[in-house]
Amino acid sequence: MAKIITFDEAISKVENGMTIMVGGFIGCGAPDQLIEEVCRQETKGLTLIANDTGILGDAMSQLIVKRCISKLIATHIGTNKETGRQMSAGELDVKLVPQGTLAEQIRAAGAGLGGVLTPTGIGTIVEEGKQKLDINGTEYLLELPVRANVALLNAYKADKAGNLVYRRAARNFNPLMAMAADLVIAQVENIVEIGEIDPDEIMTPGIFVDFLVHKKQREVSNVG
Amino acid sequence: MDKEARLEWLVKRVAQEFKNGDVVNLGIGIPTRVANAIPEGIKIILQSENGYMGVGPAPEVGKEDPDTVNAGGQCATILAGGCSFDSAMSFAIIRGGHVNATVLGALEVDEEGNLASWMIPGKMVPGMGGAMDLVVGARRVIIAMEHTTKNGDLKILKKCTLPLTAAKQVNLIVTDMGVIEVTPQGLLLKELAPGVTFKEIQACTEPRLIITEKVAV
Repeated sequence: MAKIITFDEAISKVENGMTIMVGGFIGCGAPDQLIEEVCRQETKGLTLIANDTGILGDAMSQLIVKRCISKLIATHIGTNKETGRQMSAGELDVKLVPQGTLAEQIRAAGAGLGGVLTPTGIGTIVEEGKQKLDINGTEYLLELPVRANVALLNAYKADKAGNLVYRRAARNFNPLMAMAADLVIAQVENIVEIGEIDPDEIMTPGIFVDFLVHKKQREVSNVG
Repeated sequence: MDKEARLEWLVKRVAQEFKNGDVVNLGIGIPTRVANAIPEGIKIILQSENGYMGVGPAPEVGKEDPDTVNAGGQCATILAGGCSFDSAMSFAIIRGGHVNATVLGALEVDEEGNLASWMIPGKMVPGMGGAMDLVVGARRVIIAMEHTTKNGDLKILKKCTLPLTAAKQVNLIVTDMGVIEVTPQGLLLKELAPGVTFKEIQACTEPRLIITEKVAV
């Protein structure tokens, strides 16, 4: 049974210096209101694991702009110039990871695996310092699991058991991160009673989810 | 031909590389335009690495759905028959060899099929996103780009100088000057763009191009 809490309560669980995972892909499927609350509470020194740091101006980008983050693990930072600026100035420690590798590293952490072997990055700077294994004549890189203290997710629908349903391309990293953090908090548009979602439609089992927060409706509906 | 007409030729030429039913991933920029040039009678399925199959045209104004964006973050549509999935599934599709072809731009590409497309140290470090997985995983890697930089610097080199996206994965290079296949013997010129001579394309290409009788020089 996932507990429904307020944004303020949710983010008070994120302490300075923690490692957080945040779902989303260039803002799509990002838990924007949870992120805004991290910025409002001025949580600092966080390590952020996310696909990207949003587009300058959106909620995700503010985590960087407001300097909540001291270390970043991401696949792409090109849409938020402030991330690149802080990286070049030596103010932000950035590790760039291929997108498919990051997805599998998070999945591996949640699935109890000691790592994954991927051909991605062989012959590039991504292989530096990593163990290489030859499996049946093909070279692979050993990529280790990546987990976090807290995962901040976005879902379209949840029941009060914490079962989650995502919509369209807003799914992306959310279901993977749901498995790979000690504490999982999901921002949800529609929270329904237990039994109202068909078990076959559920994308993230509720056992992964600790807390739900009900997304505040904006004045302008953002679902077309 | 003016620049736009040359690019139009390039885009149409790339679009001829697909078979019916191919699963294709198109990069941002010139590659995106290939979707509008697929020959009649050929149906391809476009994958978007942020998590769905069946990329459709841009939505009408006022019908944008913030939950449906393409890999460049722009509003998009999903065609009937399409499906959405998470990032692990998306890259299982890509790495697992289930994508027939990917079309990407490049900063540099060399005669061994090495590709540099994701960073210029000290100048531009946007990150690799899904490009490294796509280039390693797609069965065919097609580079679609202008033959030289805006300043006229060469992009097709003997050896890439920038950090690589992947080693020895490029199969075909289509530019506004011609079509070049990467072979174990080197770069094979397969076609010249209309109005371009062999001398002109060779002058814009660092390694020596191999020519066959098929290409009228």
